Amino acid sequence: MSANLFIENGPAAIIVASLITYCFRFGGLLLADRLPRTGPLRIFLDALPGTILVSLVVPSAVHSGWQGVVGVVACLAVYMGTRRLLLTMFSGVLTVYLLRLVS
Amino acid sequence: MSESKSIRNTTISTSMYRGAVANIPLAVSAVTYGGVLGVLSAQKGVTWAEMSAMNVLMFAGSAQFVMVDMWQEPLSVLAVAMAVFIVNLRYLLIGASLQPVFAGHSLWRKALFMHLVADENWAVTITEHRKNGTNPYFLFGGGLLLLCAWSCGTLGGNLLGSFISQPEKYALDFAFVAVFAALSLSLWRGRGDALPWASAIVLALVSEKFLPGKWYIVIGGVGGALVAGAIEYLRLKKR
Repeated sequence: MSANLFIENGPAAIIVASLITYCFRFGGLLLADRLPRTGPLRIFLDALPGTILVSLVVPSAVHSGWQGVVGVVACLAVYMGTRRLLLTMFSGVLTVYLLRLVS
Repeated sequence: MSESKSIRNTTISTSMYRGAVANIPLAVSAVTYGGVLGVLSAQKGVTWAEMSAMNVLMFAGSAQFVMVDMWQEPLSVLAVAMAVFIVNLRYLLIGASLQPVFAGHSLWRKALFMHLVADENWAVTITEHRKNGTNPYFLFGGGLLLLCAWSCGTLGGNLLGSFISQPEKYALDFAFVAVFAALSLSLWRGRGDALPWASAIVLALVSEKFLPGKWYIVIGGVGGALVAGAIEYLRLKKR
């Protein structure tokens, strides 16, 4: 029974992958504690959230084709107008769905 | 003493609840995205036990996609480790950026709460922290909700097999982009962000074209933030 639940090396792979992931999460936080509170390095760290997020979003949007780019513009407009995340998500998905339907 | 303790407990549960509520839109998309991975995993022969172990122990969406893709015998632990290293390296930056949220909190709390940090509750927490200030409980509440949503999606998809056979037909693959685009808008601090963000976008697009895995997030993120740091450095030097 238990042999069927995991493939060979499966548990080891999951544990190693999980340890790596956890070390990044916790290690990043511990590292930041030892960094200065002012100066260029601080500015670098404060800029990270924004730059990570756009680096995450833009390539995926571009991958969704022109419909995705239009969808992002629609999302930005809805979010600026309403500040509602759920509404933004649905309007984005609906926009891309309709655009894919007609194209 | 007991009164102050109960006040503290109230703020803890309130913060966790608020964090969970703030993450509801992302939990909705995590269920659908998880459903897609679940269906894929069923096709690859990944069992519910393997999926659950990945959900609880690793809790990282894109890395799980990569692992599911590699999931066949003979499985190389080293190959999986290297792939996950590349895909999840960004968590080093994400962890570092959470430092203001955890400032003044104990080490064991950091150690415990950091486990449930995903792109989603990180983005929501950072946004909230910039606007109103927040605490690790807010982050953790969001993480717990996401873990539930992620488990429902991945296990549901895995058990039902063909739950969502063509996610891109319904544009469900776009749900994450939509939410993250909105969140990045609220991280915008003003004109000073223009050059760093533009650099991040260009670097991410170029490296995504030429490099494997999720290197583009790390390169775009670090590159853009380095531009911000360099601008500050030059400004200080001029004075």
